[in-house]
Amino acid sequence: MPGFITNYLDKNVHVTPGQYGSPFWALVYILLVFGGVSLAVVCMNWLERKILAHMQVRLGPMRVGPHGLLQPIADALKLILKEDIVPEGADTFVFLLAPLIILLSVFSVYCVVPFGPTHAITDMNIGILFMLGVSSLSVLGIVMAGWASNSHYPLIGALRSSAQMVSYEIAMGLAVVSAVLMTSLNSAGTGTLSMIGIVQAQYAQHTWFVFKFFPLGLIAFFIFAVAMVAETNRAPFDLPEAESELTAGFHTEYSGLRWSLFMLGEYAAMISVSAIAITLWLGGWMRPFPNLLHGPTWDLTFSLFPALTFFGLAAMTFYSTVRMPKHPYFRIQTIGLGAFGGVFALIGLILLIPRVHDSVQDVYWFVAKIAVFLYLYIWYRGTFPRYRFDQLMKVGWKVLLPLGIGVLMATGIVGLRTEIWDFVQRLVHI
Amino acid sequence: MTDPNSSVSHLDLEESKKTFLDANELVINMGPQHPATHGVLRVILRLDGEKVMGLECVIGYLHRGVEKIAENRTYTMFNPYVDRMDYVAAVSNGLGYCEAVEKLLNIEAPPRANYIRAILTELNRLASHQLWLGTHALDIGAMTPLFYTFRDREEILKIFEKYCGARLTTHAFRIGGCQYETYEGFEKDVKKFLTFVAPKIDEYEELLTTNRIWVERTKNVGTISAKDCIALGVTGPVLRASGVKWDLRKAQPYAAYKQFDFEIPTGQNGDTYDRYLVRMAEMRQSLRIVQQAVEAIPEGPIMAKVPKVIKPPVGEIYHSIEAPKGELGYFIVSDGSTQPYRIRVRPPSFVNLQALELMCRGQLVADVIAVIGTLDIVLGEVDR
Repeated sequence: MPGFITNYLDKNVHVTPGQYGSPFWALVYILLVFGGVSLAVVCMNWLERKILAHMQVRLGPMRVGPHGLLQPIADALKLILKEDIVPEGADTFVFLLAPLIILLSVFSVYCVVPFGPTHAITDMNIGILFMLGVSSLSVLGIVMAGWASNSHYPLIGALRSSAQMVSYEIAMGLAVVSAVLMTSLNSAGTGTLSMIGIVQAQYAQHTWFVFKFFPLGLIAFFIFAVAMVAETNRAPFDLPEAESELTAGFHTEYSGLRWSLFMLGEYAAMISVSAIAITLWLGGWMRPFPNLLHGPTWDLTFSLFPALTFFGLAAMTFYSTVRMPKHPYFRIQTIGLGAFGGVFALIGLILLIPRVHDSVQDVYWFVAKIAVFLYLYIWYRGTFPRYRFDQLMKVGWKVLLPLGIGVLMATGIVGLRTEIWDFVQRLVHI
Repeated sequence: MTDPNSSVSHLDLEESKKTFLDANELVINMGPQHPATHGVLRVILRLDGEKVMGLECVIGYLHRGVEKIAENRTYTMFNPYVDRMDYVAAVSNGLGYCEAVEKLLNIEAPPRANYIRAILTELNRLASHQLWLGTHALDIGAMTPLFYTFRDREEILKIFEKYCGARLTTHAFRIGGCQYETYEGFEKDVKKFLTFVAPKIDEYEELLTTNRIWVERTKNVGTISAKDCIALGVTGPVLRASGVKWDLRKAQPYAAYKQFDFEIPTGQNGDTYDRYLVRMAEMRQSLRIVQQAVEAIPEGPIMAKVPKVIKPPVGEIYHSIEAPKGELGYFIVSDGSTQPYRIRVRPPSFVNLQALELMCRGQLVADVIAVIGTLDIVLGEVDR
């Protein structure tokens, strides 16, 4: 096998391909992440419709494939085949560019998302800054889309969106800084902006930052959790695309594939901000209690979780298969559902191989935590009415921003309490 | 109004265009194809940023000339048409029309018919309010109540279907009483429904009443004073939420409403939140009325003695009832023939819609949506 393929694996390196300097493996990771995120968006699409439907006493998609499992694929096909309409009077170039900019900014973020200590495309020493900076570029795409459409509703949607994203980014940034501040609480006194470094700092300090300096970490996490919903334009902050007011907001004039790029961007952004929240406050790829419950027994127990999850999914699917109507009309669907269950069971079996489950362990915990966040997103959408624009601004500027500054200051003071105490004592002695 | 075109738009669009660059005013069309205008209402909004500087409703996209049709139909033949006006409260429309013609003929429906009418009308009020709640909440962004209310409204429609065969445009009543005797197990069904729906109303309230965002979105939004309400002729829950205790079921009882013990819920502030609370309380009062009616329903005939050919004496009559949306009145002029000389409907939605501009001016775009929802208009009734 050519050296450039095996070298990264052979040396048992503990860095990411980007740090190792292997373009080949970086490319592999890029393709894996791109494919994985796209697949996650498809799954999320189906899950959102199903979960929302069950919250709303209905069934959701049921016709295309067993339990509507193939619905996202059917939708994607439909969108690809639809006519690509550019409205008359639109600024064609900007109109066509806008969805690409959103997609580009959203997917660039994944360069530094650490799915595991070595499972990231690269690790930058300014990782978190890169993430915030690049993800906020997507507002440019939204403004361009709204402006280029040459229509009133998209314009208002884009204006709302830009104002909203810009104002929530500040609160978000403050919350992030307070988490970064916590990374510097070690003997050397040096913090880090690297995404992997932040997780390692949490490991070194024996706590997730959400529980650090209780309740300061929790408040910062809360600020971020609110701001990230606003940042991704999701309910209850989905004003830019408030259906009842602005029909569809900034993407009213888009159709077909371009519209689906906006949707892909939105869902990918949801996943990426969830990844930031997890990395900063919820211990990233770490399994629960890595310091407290360690040793071979615990390691083995936790490493069985991925397989167990897939066995659970398989069991659920098989149960649904048994419950399918016996009418011959449903035979193909029943077989299909059984096949799905078989695939899940097979993946579960593969995950039982020690070599495999050791290496996917980190990714599994990371993805599981993201899944919780995505469920919360769906839950918000099922429960909350929509904020009005001025109320949204009020929450951003008058509640989250002062709270963020307060938390930042308090974190600094609590973090430096011994130094401050020494300083005061010295003052007294003089 | 000599020039018919001048009434189309008194909002001077030319002038707005001129100030567009200077004052940054934006004129946008909301509707007639818009998800939140409850049908085909068109609202021309003049915006300063997000603030509404002025608005004008353009109606008539659903005009079917129901009043004109009446002049070419006999009294009996016109009865199904009224169901198509406020199609979410068809039973109330039918009741108003039948009672008006009965008044003109100087006959009275027998007591049993009156009780059946009261039960069905109150169930219909509940169904109408449920549909209002679902769509109003959807407009404000809460998706879930819509499905809850539609699930429960279904049970009411099932009772209608069992009673008269139709679910929406029921044509339940006839001039002089009811066409159909209640079906076997009607009382049981209604009682079962009552016990089923009471906790469901609590469920809706649980989702919304104390929801922070809901309260912020509805409190002090679209406020209208009692004085303005009366000046504009606004009736129904909108009027009551402004603090006026006016309900035609109490003020001039019709059907069997004199026999029932119920309260008129009122609000104080006249804002969207109060209107929400008033309607929620009205749902519970409706349940109370149905409960009493179904327990005390008398035996007897369901049809009064009505001539085969209805030929009212020359004269005119105005009769109004409390429809779910407000005062629904019928003004009928008879020239002594089998067909009415003129019928004029006073639809609550049409009159209530006139308050839209007053309630929205100075508020934000999102509030326009909330106010349209809270007015509970049905365009079939506005345009007729």
